[in-house]
Amino acid sequence: MATYTLMRSSLGLLHGLKCSFKSVGQIPYGAAAGAVTQVKGLQNARGYSVNHPSVQERIEKKRQAALTGGGQLRIAAQHKRGKLTARERLELLLDPDSFVEYDMFVEHRCSDFGMEADHNKYPGDSVVTGQGRINGRLVYVFSQDFTVFGGSLSGAHAQKICKIMDQAMMVGAPVIGLNDSGGARIQEGVESLAGYADIFLRNVMSSGVVPQISLIMGPCAGGAVYSPALTDFTFMVKDTSYLFITGPDVVKSVTNEDVSQEELGGAKTHTTVSGVAHRAFENDVDALLNLRDFFNFLPLSNKDPAPVTECHDPRDRLVPGLDTVVPFESTKAYDMLDIVHGIVDEREFFEIMPNYAKNIVVGFARMNGRTVGIVGNQPKVASGCLDINSSVKGARFVRFCDAFNIPIITFVDVPGFLPGTAQEYGGIIRHGAKLLYAFAEATVPKITVITRKAYGGAYDVMSSKHLRGDVNYAWPSAEVAVMGAKGAVQIIFRGKENQAEAEAEYVEKFANPFPAAVRGFVDDIIQPSTTRKRICRDLEVLASKKQTNPWKKHANIPL
Amino acid sequence: MAAYRSAAGFQRVLHAVKTFDKILIANRGEIACRVIKTCKKMGIKTVAVHSDVDSSAVHVKMADEAVCVGPAPTNKSYLNMDAIMNAIKQTGAQAVHPGYGFLSENKEFAKRLAAEGVSFIGPDTHAIQAMGDKIESKLIAKAAKVNTIPGYDGVVKDAEEAVKIAGEIGYPVMIKASAGGGGKGMRIAWNDEETREGFRFSSQEAASSFGDDRLLIEKFIDNPRHIEIQVLADKHGNALWLNERECSIQRRNQKVVEEAPSTFLDPDTRRAMGEQAVSLAKAVKYSSAGTVEFLVDSKKNFYFLEMNTRLQVEHPITECITGLDLVQQMIRIAMGYKLQHKQSDIPINGWAIESRVYAEDPYKSFGLPSIGRLSQYQEPLDLHNVRVDSGIEEGSDISIYYDPMISKLVTYGKTREEALKKMEEALDNYVIRGVTHNIPLLREIIVHPRFVSGDISTKFLPEVYPDGFKGHMLTAGERRELLATAAALYVAAQLRSQKFLGDLRVSVVPAESRQWELCVELDKGLHMLGVSRSGNNYTVEIDGEKVEVSGEWNLASALLPLTINGKHRTLQCLLRTAAGEITLQYLGTSFKLRVLSKLAASLSKHMPEKVPEDTSSILRSPMPGSVVAVSVKPGDNVAEGQEICVIEAMKMQNSMTAAKAAKVKSVHCKAGDTVGEGDLLVELE
Repeated sequence: MATYTLMRSSLGLLHGLKCSFKSVGQIPYGAAAGAVTQVKGLQNARGYSVNHPSVQERIEKKRQAALTGGGQLRIAAQHKRGKLTARERLELLLDPDSFVEYDMFVEHRCSDFGMEADHNKYPGDSVVTGQGRINGRLVYVFSQDFTVFGGSLSGAHAQKICKIMDQAMMVGAPVIGLNDSGGARIQEGVESLAGYADIFLRNVMSSGVVPQISLIMGPCAGGAVYSPALTDFTFMVKDTSYLFITGPDVVKSVTNEDVSQEELGGAKTHTTVSGVAHRAFENDVDALLNLRDFFNFLPLSNKDPAPVTECHDPRDRLVPGLDTVVPFESTKAYDMLDIVHGIVDEREFFEIMPNYAKNIVVGFARMNGRTVGIVGNQPKVASGCLDINSSVKGARFVRFCDAFNIPIITFVDVPGFLPGTAQEYGGIIRHGAKLLYAFAEATVPKITVITRKAYGGAYDVMSSKHLRGDVNYAWPSAEVAVMGAKGAVQIIFRGKENQAEAEAEYVEKFANPFPAAVRGFVDDIIQPSTTRKRICRDLEVLASKKQTNPWKKHANIPL
Repeated sequence: MAAYRSAAGFQRVLHAVKTFDKILIANRGEIACRVIKTCKKMGIKTVAVHSDVDSSAVHVKMADEAVCVGPAPTNKSYLNMDAIMNAIKQTGAQAVHPGYGFLSENKEFAKRLAAEGVSFIGPDTHAIQAMGDKIESKLIAKAAKVNTIPGYDGVVKDAEEAVKIAGEIGYPVMIKASAGGGGKGMRIAWNDEETREGFRFSSQEAASSFGDDRLLIEKFIDNPRHIEIQVLADKHGNALWLNERECSIQRRNQKVVEEAPSTFLDPDTRRAMGEQAVSLAKAVKYSSAGTVEFLVDSKKNFYFLEMNTRLQVEHPITECITGLDLVQQMIRIAMGYKLQHKQSDIPINGWAIESRVYAEDPYKSFGLPSIGRLSQYQEPLDLHNVRVDSGIEEGSDISIYYDPMISKLVTYGKTREEALKKMEEALDNYVIRGVTHNIPLLREIIVHPRFVSGDISTKFLPEVYPDGFKGHMLTAGERRELLATAAALYVAAQLRSQKFLGDLRVSVVPAESRQWELCVELDKGLHMLGVSRSGNNYTVEIDGEKVEVSGEWNLASALLPLTINGKHRTLQCLLRTAAGEITLQYLGTSFKLRVLSKLAASLSKHMPEKVPEDTSSILRSPMPGSVVAVSVKPGDNVAEGQEICVIEAMKMQNSMTAAKAAKVKSVHCKAGDTVGEGDLLVELE
């Protein structure tokens, strides 16, 4: 428990956020409270304390009350916003009849500000928790109920979430959180803050043990945002979800910026500008169905192998289109996704962060049914160079794959790190180091294909042989060198009259896969059309790969 | 295939006669490949020429040698005579086959070859010149007693003279480039205003396509058929006619579907046309393969249109019904051999149909060019009696630089009905992904009752689809088939996604549910379906009617061969997403469906409607191309239908007009810009 207390006290660090907790909590709650009172006034038929009904009846009544959450009016309001209720969401996410609910009878324990009143108690409080199955595989879930006090987080609410997280970690199953909450339960004060920290701690303890996914389906603001931020993947629903530390009103009062919720923390902002969210979906239904699909890529825990599904795509399929995908001129762009789609099973690629740092492509796919992580430089965007954002995006993805036994396939066409003051001042050195670190420490099967350029330090970084790449291939179009011909010639042959001739000599010597191949830095030079066939074969061989890093308390990645 | 091969003579043992050792093919794409194939059979070495972007094209790979003749734009590569002459010298090619288009009817090129002692596999310069000029060709045709169209036999100076002449001939008139062909630089005018506009466009197009802006005007024959006669003539004064090709199905004067023979001609008309064609060929001392095009009116009066002094795009259908290999004949003739056949040797064996498969969007003006990379490509070659002439493969790029034709799909049968049935099957089994293509239109044309009965004219498309092509219109039964297929596919995919191999932690999947209630959306209509399954057979109940669908359900395959209510159908699944969207190509047209569980469907009603962009105030490029002219600037007031800018794509100029009267808010392009499909051109207020 030592760490636990430590974490709680460290919440002092979040002191500066307090005002935001309040402000965000207040807005929806104020509205909610009004509506709720009204509803209860209308119903008023609850009165189970009056006639001393049997326990059985009371159980039934409580269950019914839990199932309706904040009541029909609040549910209608939720629907009107284009959002589903907490329970509808779980019904859609999980296999039919597979949901096992926990803590349906838990109620909040607050007695201040009239909260102890009967009409302010909701069985289950503002979150639905439990476990269920997605395509037959176990998953723990919580779904915040916006119809109850705006989904605000009470001590009881946090306790329910913690319970399922603890069990998920014990049995080794992923946790999916469906976030739709106005923020802290202000009436509960520090109890609510403690609840956040309890969740944060569990997010951290579970990290790398079981996959954790957050789907933001409504507001998520203030300290609450740190739970999704600590999970492995954060998805959002377009137009109806927001993530921010402080809302537009506080922003206005502090920095005098006028900004809308959508601009400040909508799905577009976080999937294109901030890189906070990994993907956005059209609406609740779309998001939940996609989440089911995504879940099939993930192993249940770090003790489980990457899942293998039935595959109809022949493992030895040749991909003739790959022989012509890399353009003749080495300066011309092409779409790395053409290569990825061509190679993976059934052209199915679940891209992570498709609209952020587009110069690197990351995502999940399958090879002969087995989940793999794909990393590829994208020549179509900024020539596929590595910069701060793409390094961080790549690093986090590689570390996820490594943590969960997912083999990594890397496609390399990288001209180097992006130069310039913006990058240097931003710390490209330490951020670039993250990707290097991630590839170097990874012990899962690593297969690398150099499709064209692999220049300079970026060559080393991109899962090279030197970072324990298991199988490293070069296509005939590969150029592994310190730099491009023009730059190199200016250094090696400075002052030489015939630069063109020198350039031609350099190209002849270095702009091909041979220098790397003769040294064994690539294992083979392969015909592009055979890439799928070879990777499938290699993955089969590498399935039994065992590699361990030296014992350490934990490593120290340059953050 | 066997029938076609024996019919077309491809399998025939070629006589060991002396021919050229090496031929250079001054072309690209399918026709270059076509010529190389015959060369290989004749034991002739081949040289391909190519632009830099074509360096890994199929024709380059097929040829024994290849020479790069310049950058992508055709005037710097495939029309670059200096570079091609150098390639000939460099490789020692003894002859040049020009294919069609490019330098095939360029007398200058033929002259230069002659000067170097290189054989031109085509007619003499004299014939090219005589027939290449529409005015001169008409005079020669008249003299050779060939029926001609009334019109003005001279070059038109300017728009006003055009109006005057048009008035004398009487509307409607056709304004066309003197040097032209292939529908480029051609406009029809019904009044003075259209004549002026047509004159302007045609001369611009003629200048950019042929470097010659001379125009002529003639009477436009309303509702005609376009029927052409293939001729073959040697250098010894012998000439044959190889029957006709019916090419009436056209859009913007470019052919889409051709067939041989024509349903319309009786033996007498055929012979009369053939004999006139031969007499014209003889009149210009024609040698090699050539085509005499006629317009045929409803009373079977036929008028000479023009003579194409080259191998035609649609030559394969003639090969199918006559059993001749026209490229082989052209090579023999160029070597100086006499014709092998007499007129009585030329048969009409069976029926052949050709569909031109284009990378274009048939929903826009029956086909506006599209570009892209063929991410998946599979020709229906495992079917019998199907021939595909193409010059591309999976991974090829369809670029803005060249003709957007993907292939010529030819089917052959003993009867027309058989050939048409085969065409349906071939189109259904043709896999093209990555570019928009015109298979939906082709598939509709060949089953249209008017086409099937042979009741066609060059106005077929605008008459049959007066409001533009909208894709296949589903009958109630077809709709049920489509819905049932989508539902069955959805269930098959769902069941598979529950199959994890060797994973002990997956709970025993609840005794595989055998009943599903689904909601399928198609064209905004919602249908509740009940699905039950037994093995690979699905029974889908829709509005009380049962549809049986069975198949292998290979979810990785581009093709879905199914048996639906006992009938064999091949569908294609173009898209299948986690959110239940399924796009199926059915009867050629792609239909977007959405399959949801009953629960997901009922919850979907709460989902907010996304507001689509208002398209009346923005003008986007309907296709990739380059901006030729922008006629407005910000602040201008435009009337509805007023020209805003002109986009040129694949050498066709397209006028973009305002969808409403408004003030121009901003202009996002300028003359000379290259634009992609969907790029914003102009915003209106």
